Amino acid sequence: MKRVQFEHSTIPYLFVAPQIVIIVVFFLWPAAQAIYQSFLLEDAWGLSSQFVWFRNYKDTIFSESWLQAASFTMVFSALVTFLSLAIALLLAVKANEVIRGASTYKTTLMWAYAIAPPVAGLMGNLMFNPLIGDLYKFFNAIGWDFDHKLDSFDAGFVVVLIAVWKQVSVNFIFFLSGLQGIPKSVNEASMMDCKSSFRRFWTITFPLLAPTTFFLMVINITYAFFETFGIIDTTTRGAPGGATNTLVFKVFQDGFRGADLGGSSAQSVVLMLMVLALTVVQFRFIERKVHY
Amino acid sequence: MSKVQLTNVRKTYPNGAEAVRGVDMEIDSGEFIVFVGPSGCGKSTLLRMVAGLESITEGQIQIDDRMINDVSPADRDVAMVFQNYALYPHMTVRGNMSYGLKNRGMPKEEINQKVTEAAKMLRIADFLDRQPNQLSGGQRQRVAMGRAIVREPKVFLFDEPLSNLDAKLRVQMRIEIKRLQRRMNVTSIYVTHDQTEAMTLADRLAVINDGKIEQMGTPIDLYNNPATLFVASFIGSPQVNLLPATFDGQHLVSGDVKLPGFTDLPTSTDLVLGIRPDELHLDDNGQFPMRVDIVEQHGSDNLIYGGILGAINEGDEETEFCFKAGQDMLPELESTLKLGFNAERAMVFNKESGERLR
Repeated sequence: MKRVQFEHSTIPYLFVAPQIVIIVVFFLWPAAQAIYQSFLLEDAWGLSSQFVWFRNYKDTIFSESWLQAASFTMVFSALVTFLSLAIALLLAVKANEVIRGASTYKTTLMWAYAIAPPVAGLMGNLMFNPLIGDLYKFFNAIGWDFDHKLDSFDAGFVVVLIAVWKQVSVNFIFFLSGLQGIPKSVNEASMMDCKSSFRRFWTITFPLLAPTTFFLMVINITYAFFETFGIIDTTTRGAPGGATNTLVFKVFQDGFRGADLGGSSAQSVVLMLMVLALTVVQFRFIERKVHY
Repeated sequence: MSKVQLTNVRKTYPNGAEAVRGVDMEIDSGEFIVFVGPSGCGKSTLLRMVAGLESITEGQIQIDDRMINDVSPADRDVAMVFQNYALYPHMTVRGNMSYGLKNRGMPKEEINQKVTEAAKMLRIADFLDRQPNQLSGGQRQRVAMGRAIVREPKVFLFDEPLSNLDAKLRVQMRIEIKRLQRRMNVTSIYVTHDQTEAMTLADRLAVINDGKIEQMGTPIDLYNNPATLFVASFIGSPQVNLLPATFDGQHLVSGDVKLPGFTDLPTSTDLVLGIRPDELHLDDNGQFPMRVDIVEQHGSDNLIYGGILGAINEGDEETEFCFKAGQDMLPELESTLKLGFNAERAMVFNKESGERLR
């Protein structure tokens, strides 16, 4: 079979041009800059620089603070992804069963979607303020010696809580539409085949939601890695002692606050490679177990 | 071998809509019952109430003298075949068929044996390890039936199972369903809007209209002796010919058409005369002058459609009759045929109530 080949025209290239330009200007060019910068050592005033090969990488990546940020990022991302997916799934399944006032429930649960991460961070900041924060007072009132300014676990708790709260609504919307995409008759057939609703969920509903879950997992890991910057910047700013530094926040801190452009660039190059590896792993191994 | 009994079953939705308005029915062991009616008449709702997918507002449903109103669908010991098959897309054919048995805690060897047996019976043994999306419509329908068969339920429920198949396959599967049901001798309830399916499958037919049973009986009994205008016009293909008329004491009168041979009819009410297309015949002294409009050649016989000259019109349309004739009867279009009928075999209904008067 020979495929029909139409005459070439320049119009398709014009259509993709804006996208290509955006990728080049906002991704490829900065990425190339970062790679170039990561081999340079600059003085504090930015007047002179010198080519130092991999010294920036060695200095930053093997430093204790980078390793701390890396391990916090892993734990933080795992917690945020798992918790926000689990809570959203539970809410979606329950909201899907509601018959009376269903749209009110759903709208209320989607509310937080409209809130930008920095705003969520600011709200969290107020709620955890030692002087006027209700949650701060509540935790102390129930006997938890809570102080996120000093205790690294408490600080981690605050950022995870805010990040999860912000993300649940997004996941909820997708899970709900995923649930509504399951044919009604399949649900009914399973009701006649299986008495236990718990078992029905894990054998029918959950496997049929797998494509949605996989998609959301990718989205959520990306969110936890990058978008939570706004939350951390408005709440803990990596305190206490860098305990809540994510890799992205540390890149920003070292580059713009610490004026270490070379080290910061080296970190962002490493981060790029990590994300690349993560994407490969996700699509290679997890997608195989997903039924479309 | 199970009996099913419905006693004054009603379904009212929260918005006040009444889908089923008091149905009484007794279904014998091994009987094949078909619910037939136009869409929206409540036949599917009634079936789903037996299945447990729809709550029962009022009345009782019993299977073998056990009240099942509040029994969960999985515990009613009924199996259902859905219109769009409702297979589990993430499971293989084998997984689909064994799912219900696994959940009932049946040992593995026994499940395997039953699945293999059912697959052989339905000729899907070669597809057991495929996913539903790799099967054709007819094969999927077989899997759906296999899923019901392996459960060995007391009652089979079919919700328009053939309407997604093409015409040829539908006829094949229809015969197969009938054969399977005979062989397994399981009480079955089958819902359809297709009157041919209903006539050919049913031991007994329930014609449902507007949430009520209009008439119930053997298919041929319903065809020959419809109790109402609705049943008469719903059962039979091509449809019964209907002619609006009144009775003047000696004749049924419809415009210029005067029909003798009728007695004992009310003179003050509007009536409808019903004549099956195969009850008409060519007759030089016939009372119906028909202007031929369309001739459909079906092979063994021809269906000749045309307006009856001089008869009362319903709205703007001429009253149109269908005349079933042999294959060599090919009248010219626009020509006029004289048709006669046997008054003994004609049906007369009260137009208002639909009740049959003779």
